[in-house]
Formats: sequence, C-alpha cells, structure tokens
Amino acid sequence: MTAAKNLNLRAGLLSVLIFLTLLGIWYVATSSSGASGATAGMTAEQIEYAKMMGKDPGASKSGGFPTLGAMGSTVWGHLSNPFYDNGPNDKGIAIQLAHSLGRVALGFGLACLVAIPLGFIIGMSPLLRRAFDPFIQVLKPISPLAWMPLALYTIKDSSISGIFVIFICSVWPMLVNTAFGVASVKRDWLNVSATLEVNPLRKAFLVILPAAAPTILTGMRISMGIAWLVIVAAEMLVGGTGIGYFVWNEWNNLSLTNVIFAILVIGVVGMLLDLAFGQLQKVVTYVE
Amino acid sequence: MWSDVAQRPAVSAPPSTDANDTPYRKASAVTQGFLQIDRLSKAFVPAKPVFADVSFTLDKGEFVCIIGHSGCGKTTILNVLAGLDTATSGTVIMDGREVAGPSLDRGVVFQSHALMPWLTVRQNIAFAVKSRWPDWKKSQVDAHVEKFVALVGLSPAIDKKPSQLSGGMKQRVGIARAFSIQPKMLLLDEPFGALDALTRGTIQDELMTIVRQTQQTVFMITHDVDEAILLADRILLMSNGNETPEGYRPGGIAEVVVNPLPRERTRTSLHHLDGYYALRNHIVDFLVTRAKAH
Repeated sequence: MTAAKNLNLRAGLLSVLIFLTLLGIWYVATSSSGASGATAGMTAEQIEYAKMMGKDPGASKSGGFPTLGAMGSTVWGHLSNPFYDNGPNDKGIAIQLAHSLGRVALGFGLACLVAIPLGFIIGMSPLLRRAFDPFIQVLKPISPLAWMPLALYTIKDSSISGIFVIFICSVWPMLVNTAFGVASVKRDWLNVSATLEVNPLRKAFLVILPAAAPTILTGMRISMGIAWLVIVAAEMLVGGTGIGYFVWNEWNNLSLTNVIFAILVIGVVGMLLDLAFGQLQKVVTYVE
Repeated sequence: MWSDVAQRPAVSAPPSTDANDTPYRKASAVTQGFLQIDRLSKAFVPAKPVFADVSFTLDKGEFVCIIGHSGCGKTTILNVLAGLDTATSGTVIMDGREVAGPSLDRGVVFQSHALMPWLTVRQNIAFAVKSRWPDWKKSQVDAHVEKFVALVGLSPAIDKKPSQLSGGMKQRVGIARAFSIQPKMLLLDEPFGALDALTRGTIQDELMTIVRQTQQTVFMITHDVDEAILLADRILLMSNGNETPEGYRPGGIAEVVVNPLPRERTRTSLHHLDGYYALRNHIVDFLVTRAKAH
C-alpha cells in the first residue's frame, strides 16, 4: 500500500519534472532571438535600405514560434473569460467546446442506439452475423471524412453532416464489439437460463447484457476516442462553430498561441472523455 | 452378483412408516419409472454413434450415479435429460411427459458451477427463484433464498460475489440454486470434479443430507468410485464405444449395479461396511478392464 503510494508520488514528481523541462526548452528556444544589436555596424543608409526591402532590423521579430510568456497570457485570456460571444468568428473557448461536445454526444448517442441493439441481434444469430459481416468489413475501414461530401449533398446541412460523420465513425467499433461480446457469452450461463426457463427478454437484459457489458463498454470507449479525433477534422471542413473550426480560424489568423491552446484543450477533453468511459467500464467489469 | 435383476422389489407401503423401511432404503418415496429413458443414442458421425440403445429408469426419490471414462457420452446423456441437447434417437419421459427442452422441473448443477459472476450469492439464487415463481413478492423471494443458502451453510457469505468464494463454496451455491427451484429431479454433472478431496467430502455429506431430507430424485455423473458408492442407490456403469474385430460397437450402459450397502451409510464409516470392498473392486475392475477407455 505504502509502496504503491510511494510509486505514485515519485511518478507524479517525475511528470512535473518532465513538464518543467519541456517548458524550459520552449523558453530557451524562443527567447534567444534578441533584436538588440541587429542594427550595429550598419550605416543609416543601410538601415533605410533594409526597411525599404521590408526587413526592418529595428522591429521586434514577429511571426515566429510564440514565446512562453505570450502563450501564458493567451491561456489566461481564454480561461478567464470562456463564455463570451462576440459574433460568429469570436466566441469563448467553452462555447466552441460545447458545440463540439454537443455534436459528438448526438452522433455518438445515435450510434449507440443503432449499434448496440443491432450488435445484440447480430451476436445472437450466427446467420445474421455471416450476412452482415461483408458489409461491416467494407464499411468499417472507410475514413469517416470520406462520407462528408455525400452527407453534405444529401443532408444539405453542414451541422447535421458533422453529426452524421461522428455517427458513422462511432458505429463500427460498437457494433463489432457488441456482436463479439454477445456471441461469446459463456455457454454455461445460457444453459442456466435455459434450464430456468428464463424468457428471451429477461435473458437478454439479465444474462447477456451484463455478461457482454465489459466488451460493449470497450467498444464504446474506442468509439468515443475516434469520435473525438474526427470531430476536429469534421469541424475544420464544415466550419461555423466548434473546437475544430476554432483551430482552423486561428490558423487563418496566424495566431499560433491560440492554435497551441486549442490543441492542448482537445487533448485534455479527450483524456477526460476516456477517463469517464474507463470509470464506466470499471463499474460493469466482473471478476470470474 | 450385481445386476439389474437385483433391483429391490417395489414396495407400495404408505409413506413415513418407519416399520416398513428395509434396512437400506426408504421405500416409501419410491414410485416406479418416474424417469424413463428409452433406447437413447447420440451420433456425431452417423455410422459411429457415441452411445446407442441406452435405456434405464429412475424411480422417484432414487439417487442414481453414472460412471464411465471420458468420452463415453455421460455428459451428453445428462444434457439430453436436462433438455439442453437432443439425442439422435430414443425418448426420455419424465412423470409421463416427454422431455423436449429445458424445464424448471429438472434442476441442473453444472461442473463449472455456472454462477453469474456479476451477481452476489443472494442475487444468483434469487434469479432462479424469480424464474420459478415470477409472481412472488420480494420478501418472499428473500426468505426463500436465505433458507436455501442456510441449507448449504453459506449464510455468512450471502452477499458476496462468486469471485470472493472458494471453489467449494461456489459449488455449494450452485447446489443451493438447483435445490431452490424445488425441481422434480436434480441432474448433477460431476459437481465435485474440480474440488480438492477434503472439500469434496464435506459437500458430499451435505448433499447426501439434503437429498435424504427432501427425498429428491437425483441423477449424477461422477468419476469417483467412492463417491458413487457413498451417494447412489444404483450405479450405471458405462462403456466407451470401441472397435472390435466384428466392427464398431457403440458405448452404452454395460451394467447396472444396485448398491447393497445400507442407505444410512456415512462417508467416514463407509469402508468398514460389509460388502464395500467387493462392490468397489467390482466397479474398479469394470473401469479398468471392460469400459474400454481411449
């Protein structure tokens, strides 16, 4: 117990150390380009000429990789006021995130509604499993973004198309995992419910569902991971709102601090989503 | 010396009059032919059935063990009786009705206990009880569950998950679950196969006590000769299918041994009883020389 605690503590300390080292490298790498002394040894005419050519040696260097200080103030600026809304191209980070999370939740939720019941049926029936298999095998490896033009053409709404793309990318891992989990429920448990004359509905909910739940949750966790990867790309394409659009917009503004900030936010939110599903998985996991 | 003919005569004495009891049998509970198995056979390869022409009967209140080497089809027979498997030919009739599928009338104890690991002991048994009596109130179910958990001495562990129990305790829960639905007969598929000798002994005693109390009809598979002698009123010896110079001979019941030992035998004094060694040697000889193990 204490040994485990000790290990956790040491691992935490090491993590902090690595983080500080990375910040240190960043700081050193970005702060060395001092402008002082650039004009030294130049005559007034030479400086004038340089200015005329657009290479003002006196002006502070901009457009390079942002310094740690600039980054810090950007982070602080976003986090201190996450809910502002100054029109279509200028919204707080929380609002952008809410749009992305909302799309993911909708697409993922729809995928759950389709994939879990369908996976159940496929898992229970060897006939359907074989019949559906070729379709799943062909559709599964398609990049979700490849569906985008088709979705835009048929749905004619960019926002719903985004949700559709999330749906289509989340559906396969859940479908495959649910079918697998249901198909590999231990024969013994099915025999027990058979000898107890358990009706099919009760068997599905009280025996097969809890038995397959860990596998189903694994599928959901994978799906959520993919959905969060895809939403950024989808929003870059469809535009309007969302964290992906924010990244693209800030790239167009050449605001690298904002881009880096968005990248960090995407990572942290993805991690939190994964943690949440990890906790859910723990709840339904059983030890044999 | 031991043969089917030696079956005790059917006594139609009124129940629970001890004077009518023979020294080794509570004849009162016996009804002839409660379970009738008629010319059962199972073939995975059409020309070579695993067993064929298996016929026997079980009387109500009788404890019958089937013993034989692996692969002779014991478990298949049990699964057919349970309704979990179908025979290639032949019929099984219980209580005047043909067995066509699984039923709450036949409780099964599986070799691997088959408890649901996500449910506690209480929930596992309650699942069975609720399946048997769907209209029961929660308090009724609880009381019933607690009664049968107490029967196998697991009351202190009633709210534990199976993973927190030892192998012996899990098998006890499996037995309690099978008894809790109060089936017309009990099918046990080598229930103690995976247990160590000490635990096995204790649970054998418990099983014997419960079976005697409830007058349960039991059909049990075992590999253990002593277990069969201790528990069974009759022991079916099964031979494997084998190739003979005259061609393939499917497996089947080679002999039915009626246990001559007094029914009130106990595990600890079993080996002091007259006739124990003769019976044991007879069965072991059968397994070694005649059962044709692969």
